[in-house]
Amino acid sequence: MTNHISTQIRQIARELLESKTVKCVIGYKKGTIPMREQICFARSPEQADELIWSGFCVLNQSKFLIGVEEPTAIVAQGCVTRNIIGLIRENRVKRENVHILGINSPGMLDHRKIAAKFPGREIKELWEHEDKIIASGKGFKETFPRKLFKRDNCYTCTHRNPVIYDQMIGEAGPETGGGNIDNTASPWEKKDYDQRWKIFTETFKDCIRCYACRDACPLCYCRECFVDSARPQWCGKTVEEADVHTFHILRAFHCAGRCTDCGACESACPVGIKMRRLTSKIEKDIRKMYGYSPGLKLDARLPLTEFSLNDPEGFIG
Amino acid sequence: MSDKSFQPKILAFLCKWCSYAAADLAGVNRLSYPPNITAIKIPCTGKMNPEYIIQAFRQGADGVWISGCHPGTCHYTSGNLIARRRFAVFKNLLEYIGIEPQRVRLSWVGSSEAHRFQEIAQDIVDSITEIGPARKMVKNIIPQSYQGVRKI
Repeated sequence: MTNHISTQIRQIARELLESKTVKCVIGYKKGTIPMREQICFARSPEQADELIWSGFCVLNQSKFLIGVEEPTAIVAQGCVTRNIIGLIRENRVKRENVHILGINSPGMLDHRKIAAKFPGREIKELWEHEDKIIASGKGFKETFPRKLFKRDNCYTCTHRNPVIYDQMIGEAGPETGGGNIDNTASPWEKKDYDQRWKIFTETFKDCIRCYACRDACPLCYCRECFVDSARPQWCGKTVEEADVHTFHILRAFHCAGRCTDCGACESACPVGIKMRRLTSKIEKDIRKMYGYSPGLKLDARLPLTEFSLNDPEGFIG
Repeated sequence: MSDKSFQPKILAFLCKWCSYAAADLAGVNRLSYPPNITAIKIPCTGKMNPEYIIQAFRQGADGVWISGCHPGTCHYTSGNLIARRRFAVFKNLLEYIGIEPQRVRLSWVGSSEAHRFQEIAQDIVDSITEIGPARKMVKNIIPQSYQGVRKI
């Protein structure tokens, strides 16, 4: 199934590059180690043969469209198309420069969950075959079902099919991941304030401030990020609790009303922090209060740049 | 945690067109309000950045109060309405991670409402005195784990 789509991606990319319709095709290629696919920029028909499609295409390549001046094609699953809409809406990307190759996402896999299944053993090779994953390494070869090892955000996905596309690769599949997106934030909401703070501190205690989450996020395109600003210095450079908390609270808030829950931040994190806990709460509030989901319409206004006279204000006073 | 000797430090970000004038009017009218409040003048509540709130807590404030014009009376037409949306989301986020809702307050106080300013100021100080000092976001120059080691 996935190999069949890889072949189609390569064929389409080759055609686009040969006919000079686009200058570059942004997609995924095989990583240097198993389960870690990289982003690939194919600029010649020969490079198009590197493109693949697998269950580990977890990064969000829409980030690389920012500032692109020449026609570019991009392999985009549901969440990536939503981010492209967001970027077009925020005038970072010109629609006429982007040729979107839409693709249905089967739900991407979490390499950490798979690695945790084989403690102390290294996976050398891994194949996907329909609903099964086959992993092999030194002295073992195991087959297990795909659906148990998806990323958390792929279970609660609401748009697996591309929202906009110029060309569709493969067929459209089921639209949702099956889970309820509002439930991501609910485990914390049931607790009292001190317990919440404890669990929040616990979640972010491993953070090493590498900013991989920021760098992977297609929403974070500021020339100078607030964490890099020295004057005023909003956030210290240490891994002390207060600095880590400041960074994560404000990073999440800067994505308010724009986050499409693509999960690139969690996938990029080297220590496995679940920072979607914060963004999913913000998006849930915005859906409930202002009825807005990001990245669905090209002409929608961002919820926090707009107002209505009837906005909820029970918290005021 | 009701410690009588605890005096909270509260930062008040007041819109210069209304709440700051109300604070002024309260002074002129000799209406006393608690001295725990430090007023900071901002041009509009729309200028109020969530970074300021976090920064206040990092530097040891026990509460933050943001006050602006009633909806429909903003000097810049819609600054307070945009602030209302922003704070609804940000306040929910702070509550979600475990910062008590009393610590961040947003209110509408018009420039003639000195009595209302006094009432809200008193109410904020009372409610924060009741829940005690804010220690959750404070930036320690020397981490707690080293503090014992340094004392020789």
